[in-house]
Amino acid sequence: MFGIGKRDSTLLIIVAIMALFAPFILNPFPTGSAMAQFNAGYPDLMQRFVIFGIFAIGFNLLFGLTGYLSFGHAAFLGIGSYAVVWMYKLLDYNVIPGLFLAVIVSAIFALAIGFISLRRSGIYFSILTLAFAQMMFAISYSDLIGRFLGTTITNGETGLQVYTSDPQILIDDWESVPHLLGIVEMRSTYTLDAGAWSFDFNAGYYFCAVILLIMFYLAIRIFRSPFGMMLRAVKSNQQRMNYTGLNTRPYTLAAFVISGMYAGLAGGLLASMDPLAGAERMQWTASGEVVLMTILGGAGTLIGPVLGAGFIKYFENIFAKINDNVLHSWFAILPDGMEDFMVTIVHPFVGKGWNLTLGLLFMLVVIFLPGGLVEGGQRIGRVFRRRDRNAGSVEADAAKQRNPAAE
Amino acid sequence: MDAILLQILNGLDKGSAYALIALGLTLIFGTLGVVNFAHGALFMLGAFCAVTVQKLLSLSTITLDETQKDFLGRPLEIKTPYVESWFGPETGSLIIDWSVPLAILFAIPVMLFIGYVMERGLIKHFYKRPHADQILVTFGLAIVLQEIIKYFYGANPIPTPAPSAFVGSFDFAPLLGLDTSLAYPYWRLVYFGFSTLIIGAVFAFLQFTTFGMVVRAGMADRETVGLLGIDIDKRFSIMFGIAAAVAGLAGVMYAPINSPNYHMGMDFLVLSFVVVVVGGMGSLPGAVLAGFMLGILESLASLNEVKAVLPGIDQIIIYVVAIVILLTRPRGLMGRKGVMEE
Amino acid sequence: MAILEVKNVGKRFGGLKALDNVNLSIAENTVHAIIGPNGAGKSTLLNCLIGKLIPDTGSVMFDGQSVLGRKPFEINQMGISRVFQTPEIFGDLTVMENMLISCFAKRDGAFELNALASVASQRDVIEKAEHMLEDMKLMDKRHMHAAAMSRGDKRRLEISMCLAQDPRLLLLDEPTAGMARADTNNTIDLLKQIKEERNITIAIIEHDMHVVFSLAERITVLAQGTPLVEDTPEKIKGHPKVREAYLGESQDAA
Repeated sequence: MFGIGKRDSTLLIIVAIMALFAPFILNPFPTGSAMAQFNAGYPDLMQRFVIFGIFAIGFNLLFGLTGYLSFGHAAFLGIGSYAVVWMYKLLDYNVIPGLFLAVIVSAIFALAIGFISLRRSGIYFSILTLAFAQMMFAISYSDLIGRFLGTTITNGETGLQVYTSDPQILIDDWESVPHLLGIVEMRSTYTLDAGAWSFDFNAGYYFCAVILLIMFYLAIRIFRSPFGMMLRAVKSNQQRMNYTGLNTRPYTLAAFVISGMYAGLAGGLLASMDPLAGAERMQWTASGEVVLMTILGGAGTLIGPVLGAGFIKYFENIFAKINDNVLHSWFAILPDGMEDFMVTIVHPFVGKGWNLTLGLLFMLVVIFLPGGLVEGGQRIGRVFRRRDRNAGSVEADAAKQRNPAAE
Repeated sequence: MDAILLQILNGLDKGSAYALIALGLTLIFGTLGVVNFAHGALFMLGAFCAVTVQKLLSLSTITLDETQKDFLGRPLEIKTPYVESWFGPETGSLIIDWSVPLAILFAIPVMLFIGYVMERGLIKHFYKRPHADQILVTFGLAIVLQEIIKYFYGANPIPTPAPSAFVGSFDFAPLLGLDTSLAYPYWRLVYFGFSTLIIGAVFAFLQFTTFGMVVRAGMADRETVGLLGIDIDKRFSIMFGIAAAVAGLAGVMYAPINSPNYHMGMDFLVLSFVVVVVGGMGSLPGAVLAGFMLGILESLASLNEVKAVLPGIDQIIIYVVAIVILLTRPRGLMGRKGVMEE
Repeated sequence: MAILEVKNVGKRFGGLKALDNVNLSIAENTVHAIIGPNGAGKSTLLNCLIGKLIPDTGSVMFDGQSVLGRKPFEINQMGISRVFQTPEIFGDLTVMENMLISCFAKRDGAFELNALASVASQRDVIEKAEHMLEDMKLMDKRHMHAAAMSRGDKRRLEISMCLAQDPRLLLLDEPTAGMARADTNNTIDLLKQIKEERNITIAIIEHDMHVVFSLAERITVLAQGTPLVEDTPEKIKGHPKVREAYLGESQDAA
């Protein structure tokens, strides 16, 4: 189906179903119940799941396939956001022209940055991309280009936003927030109350989800294409590639640009949901975040980056909500001394301590589970399947699992 | 002219910090072949050693003075630091005043220990893994370390003053025969002198001790040295401890210049990497040279005359220089052939 | 007719003269061995042929075109394939994928942005790769990761990948170095088979005289960066100059 294999179609369909029913799946607990804090089915968070999913899928096309570790991908995320907000300012609140511009501009920047950075590989490449991104952060944060030209480009630390004095040459009276071709506003949400439950269906989320599915589908195509195979060859042995008559540079550059375009699109979507763009989106911590997502989920696998993005964004949100009161209610069944002790132990890791948990988790994954969550799932799966398989097929299976992208 | 001189002086202290961090990074990279993204966190830990020592020395007994009232009408609390009650008020307050230099004594064993444990417990297992994995795991460690500090010390910068003897500035103008004033804070002068001392000590250690000779030989050709029957790994783990101590000391002394906060390490790390790359991966003199060069360049770029032509150039000059150098001299200023190349 | 013509090639590394005025001509459809004691400049010469090194002087012509200044991938696309001392293959990929990459490089050239085409739909390339694997007796291993194979099989795969490109000239750099006797003999048989079945010129650098004399039709002896003798294997065997070059080396070593 769609020119992709059966297993890939199944995967795509599963992702599509998950995305479609996300408002239900992510809200399993009745509103107002004690467990409601674990619900994640509200528009803002669901939008972030899919947008960062797109970002991570794109990052994985570069890192997962070629092994080139970019530490500056957030630069493209920021560029995408700025592009969209500029289209709001110049034309109107329709998101489509902005998204096109976001992809084009980030492709141009990725071409320039990639052209220079890819002259080196390994650690040099990582540092070069990091330097470029930090430079662009500094430029945006102080709006250096704008100041140089005597105008406003990024609006410095305030961030770029729409003002009533902006030209907005296509604006109509009814427009006040981002919308899709005038059909629907991104913020419009339909709430379905079913008994104790309540589910939010948000237009912006579904718009992003459709784009995620398209981008996921394209990623599958790239993984299964001769081009994708060449990218994996780059990771495996550049020397052999050169002596097989293949020019590695354009392959890596194309991967870099494609992955920059994914990032630009994700950044554009962020600004499509909330019409703001700020320099902090370009900071290297944001670049680090997408690295974490991809590795945590499973670099080089199709679904890994999406899982990683969802995992990090979900727990970031949930952990932030857990305070000492919540902890006390959890450990209430324990004797008093034990309860206080447990709360003291857990306290540093929750609430504002989420980054600590994330850092530890990330280290554990890199040390013990280099294949990320996907590999973890496969290991568990293998334990269950081993009994009713003969040794030969387990071996073949293991070979496949070492490199799931190879199938 | 004097403005330029002043900027060069201003660049020295930042340059010193870059040079010290870059020196440690290069030592670790050269000896162990590991790219340590947690090195900035070591610098930050050093700065917090200074904070810790200052806090410890300021621990006080609280007595209530019923004769005096605070503005809410409660008895006034009188804090007497323990050191003052132990050594007498004068010696005690002197000790507290000198907490930052004293912190050096505290930081050296602590940082050596942290470095050694880090290498034995974590880094050791990553020698044979790809550079990307090393970057990732040390990156994770950097996050963990800074979050731990944030948990204990909060997110706000903690002012850590230098001894009062060093408050104020030294005027270079009379020395150079200039009419205008060229004031330069004493502590920054101290920092520069201290850094030069440390850099000199590291080089002397590598140059004149047997230990250093083996390490240098190992940096050039690890396998051969291993074949000679020298336990190079053990020396390298000690080297990691030393690199950590160098970063830590840079941090201790930097505390009065910029109040330490939990993310200062990362801010310096990014620039220090650029410094290492510009200096040439694996070259110790290159790291020092590039550190000072970029520090001074950054400072010069913040001259008003320069900023009038190119606004904000001071914030990106280091990156621009790095990119230009990498494109024209891919190995950096003093990089050796074959380091990090396929 | 000569397919590869090396004229007056010289290469220095600092004060060391690695190659000194090397002239060498390899005739089409022959197996030409280049032998010589350690440090004779064999590998340097090979690296000059495939673009890894650029000689200081002289010219290297392949089929009437200069290869100097071209990048390795361009030289490969001209029709020169190289087999390395340690097999260079894509270890993380399966045997089939290794072969496919080679076949794609032959069909599509140095770069092709076919990011949306599915590998599975490229029937012609798949058939060619399967045919090649069948030919080289690697078909039953096609789902294996290349890195997991034995050294002999890796060598076989590497040679197959080179052959899949239909090169005019195949360069082999000590193809049996570090191999067990059985693997060495298998490789000799494989190369013999290739020589018989294909119109191909083979240049081989080798230490193992058993391999050299089993395969070569012409032999060039290189010593101290310059060709000493070039002749048929029979004539080389008892040649006084060759004895001198090799024995001289062994005396030094002693």
